[in-house]
Amino acid sequence: MKSIKQIALGTAVALGVGFSGLATTVAQAEDANYVPLLTYRTGPFAASGIHIANGMHDYLKMLNERDGGIGGVKLELEECETGYNAQKGVECYEATKGKGALVYNPYSTGITLQLIPKAGVDKIPVLSMGYGLSAAADGSVFPWVFNVPDTYWDGASVVIKYIGEQEGGLDNLKGKKIGYIFLDAGYGREPIPLLEQLAEKYGFELLQYPVGVKEMQNQSSQWLNVRRDRPDYMVMWGWGAMNPTAIKEAVKIRFPMDKFIGVWWSAGDDDAAAGGEGAKGYKAMNFSGVGSDFPALDDIKKHVVDAGLSSTDASSIGGTLYNRGVLNSVIIAEGIRTAQELTGKKVITGEDMRMGLEALNLDEARLKELGLAGFAHPMKVTCEDHAGSHPVFIQEWDGKQWRQASGWIEPMTDIVRPLLEAAAAEYAEKNAPWPVRTEPCPN
Amino acid sequence: MFYREAGQFKTSYKADQALMPILQDRVGLLVILAVAFVVIPVFANDFFLTSIMIPFLVFSLAAIGLNVLTGFCGQLSLGTGAFMGVGAYAAYKLTSIFPDANVILMVLLSGVFSAAIGAVFGLPSLRIKGLYLAVTTLAAQFFLEWCFIRIPWLYNYNASGAIEIPHREAFGVVVSGAEATPIVRYFIVLGITALIAYLMANVLRGRIGRSWMMIRDMDIAAELMGIRPLQTKLMAFAVSSYICGVAGAMMVFFWLNAAEPSSYSISLSFQILFMVILGGLGSLSGAFMGAAFIWILPVFLKFIPGTIGINVAAETVEHITFMVVGALIIFFLIVEPHGFARLWQIAKQKLRVWPFPY
Repeated sequence: MKSIKQIALGTAVALGVGFSGLATTVAQAEDANYVPLLTYRTGPFAASGIHIANGMHDYLKMLNERDGGIGGVKLELEECETGYNAQKGVECYEATKGKGALVYNPYSTGITLQLIPKAGVDKIPVLSMGYGLSAAADGSVFPWVFNVPDTYWDGASVVIKYIGEQEGGLDNLKGKKIGYIFLDAGYGREPIPLLEQLAEKYGFELLQYPVGVKEMQNQSSQWLNVRRDRPDYMVMWGWGAMNPTAIKEAVKIRFPMDKFIGVWWSAGDDDAAAGGEGAKGYKAMNFSGVGSDFPALDDIKKHVVDAGLSSTDASSIGGTLYNRGVLNSVIIAEGIRTAQELTGKKVITGEDMRMGLEALNLDEARLKELGLAGFAHPMKVTCEDHAGSHPVFIQEWDGKQWRQASGWIEPMTDIVRPLLEAAAAEYAEKNAPWPVRTEPCPN
Repeated sequence: MFYREAGQFKTSYKADQALMPILQDRVGLLVILAVAFVVIPVFANDFFLTSIMIPFLVFSLAAIGLNVLTGFCGQLSLGTGAFMGVGAYAAYKLTSIFPDANVILMVLLSGVFSAAIGAVFGLPSLRIKGLYLAVTTLAAQFFLEWCFIRIPWLYNYNASGAIEIPHREAFGVVVSGAEATPIVRYFIVLGITALIAYLMANVLRGRIGRSWMMIRDMDIAAELMGIRPLQTKLMAFAVSSYICGVAGAMMVFFWLNAAEPSSYSISLSFQILFMVILGGLGSLSGAFMGAAFIWILPVFLKFIPGTIGINVAAETVEHITFMVVGALIIFFLIVEPHGFARLWQIAKQKLRVWPFPY
C-alpha cells in the first residue's frame, strides 16, 4: 500500500511537470491556411456528427491531395472534439484561435451563440451553415457571422409553404393543426417565433412538443400527446439520437409518414432507416445533393477514402449528412479562394476570410467546375444578406434511400426578412453597446 | 524535517489562534498567492487563462460551497448545479434591470438569491437525512432547471432560451462581454475566490463552523449541547448556496459569456460533488485539489498530444481521456478514500519526520 501511495504522489508530480508544457503555444507553419474543424464524434449527437465531420474533413483533405490545397497553398486541418457541449466548444475555440484560424464551424447552435460576440473581437468569421442564430443573416449587424444558404426561419417558412401546397393553397391551412416537435435547446426553439407568426397569419394551430436533451431517446409521452391531439401535419427540428427515436415513435403510433416533415438536420440516412419499412414516405427538407453521383465525390473516394486518409466508411459517401459536410467545406474552400483573389495573398487571415465569404458567389458554372453540378442551388452572399434565403427542396425516404420529392421551393422572403431585421436590431439593443459595422463591403 | 514546528514558540493567544500557526504553511500560502497573482498573469497565454485557470477557480469556489454543506455539515446535496444556475440567472436579471451598476457587485449580490432558495430547499433536511435528503435536493435540481427553461422572464424572452452576457464596464475597464480581456476576468475571478476562501477558512474554524461539524458528527448530541438544528442546518444551506450562486454567476459572466439551461444541469451537480469527494470532504484545500483534478486533467490530456506533436484523432483522445480520468478516480479512491486532502496530510507528516521515519 505504501508503494501505491508513492506512485500516486509520483504521478501527481509528473503531471505537474508535464503540465507546464501546455502554456507554450506551438509555432504555426507560415505557408499553410489553418482551418480548425469543431466536430463531435462522441456523445449523444455523434450519430449525426460523425457523418458531418467526415464530409467536412474529406473534401478539404481531397483538395490537399488532388490540387495541393487552394491556390497552391495547403490547408492545415485540425479537428477538435466538442461533444456538442458549449463549454468544450469554447475550449476548442480558445485553444485553436491563436494558430491563425480562418473560420469556425461550430455545428451547434449553443456554441454558435457563444462565438458570435467573440467573432468580431478576435476577427475570425463564424460560418454556421444552415443553423445558428437566424438574425445573424443581417450582415449589417453581424458582419462576422454567415449562415448561408438558409436560416431556420427560411426553413420553417418552406415547410409551411409545402404543407400549403399539399392542401391546395395556403388559405386552406385555416383550422388545420400542425404539430412541432423539437429539441428543447437553442436549436429547436429558434424557429418558434416565425412559426407563431405564420400560424397567426394563415389561421392554423401550432402545437408544440418539446423534447429535452435527456429525453431524446424516450419520446413516448410526446407521441402519446400527438396521438391525442391528432395534428394534421408534424414538423420536426431534431438532431442526433432524437431523430431515429422520433421516427420510430411516429411509426409506432401509425402517424401518416407523408405528413411528417423534418428540417434538413433530421434528414440523415440512419435516422430514417431506423423506422424500418414503416418509415417509407417520411419527408425532410434538404439543400445539399442526394446520392454520390458527382465527380467531386468520386475524387474524394479515390484520393482520400481509398488511400486510407480518412475514417469514413466508403458506403456512407453520398448520405445526406455526409454531403452536407462536403457542402460546408465547399463553402469554406470557395471562401478561401475568393479571399485569395480579392487580396492577392496566398496565406490569408481571418479578416481576409470574412471578405471572401462575403463575396462568395457559387453559381452554376462554378459548381460544375468543382465537379458538383446540381449538388446545391447556386448561392450568393451579399453584405446585407449573409444567408441569402436560397430555395430548398423536399426529399422523401423510399424505404432504402432518399429521393428528391419536390422542386426547389423559395422561402417566404417577404415575411422572413423583416422579422430577421427586427430580431437583429433587438439583439444589438440587448447586447448594447453592440459594435457598429465598420468592415468595408467587398462587393 | 521540512514540517517541523519545533522552535516556533507562540508568545500570545493571538499567535496561537492564527489561521496558519506554522511558518511553513504561511510561506507556502504566500508562494501560491504570488504564483496566482503575479507569475500566472505575467507568463500565461489566453488559452491557459480562459480554459484552465478561470474555470478551475470557478469550480474551486463551487466545490468550497458544496463542501460547506456536505463536508462540514454532513448534508448530502445534488442540487449544486441548480443553485449555481440561480446565481447566474439572478446576476443576469440584476444587470439587465440595473445596467449601470457594477457587475462585480451584482455577481456578489446574486448569491443572496440563491442563498434564499437554498434555504427553502434545505427545510426538508430537518426531517430527513442522508440519501433521502439527496433525493429532495435532486427535486430542487429538476424544479429549478425547469424554471430556467419555462420562465421566459428569466432570460429576457430571448428566442434561443439562452442568457447572453452584455458588455459592462467597471472602474474604467471592460469586465464582461466578449471584449473583456482574459487577464481582467482572471483577476476578478481570482479576487472573489480568494476572498471567499479566506472568509470561509475563518468561519469554519469558529463557532459557526464548529456547530456545523457537531451536526455532522452526531446531530442528537449536538442538539443536547444546545445547538439548534433548524438554524444551523438552514444556515449551512444558505451559506453553501450563496457561495455556489456566486460561482455560478462568475461561470457565465467571466468564463462562458452565454449559458443555456443545460449548462446548469444535473451533470454539473455531479461534477462538483466528485470534486468534493475526491478532494476530501471537509477540507478547503481539498476543494481546490479536487477541482484541479476533475477540470484541469481532462483539458491537459486533451491538448497535450497535439502540443508534443503526436498525431491522434480527436475522438480517440476524447475516449482515452474518459478512460484515464475514470481509472484515476477509482485508483485514488482505493488508495485514499478520504481524498487528496488526506494524501497531502500524510505527505506533510512524512516530510516532518524525514529522513528518520519512525
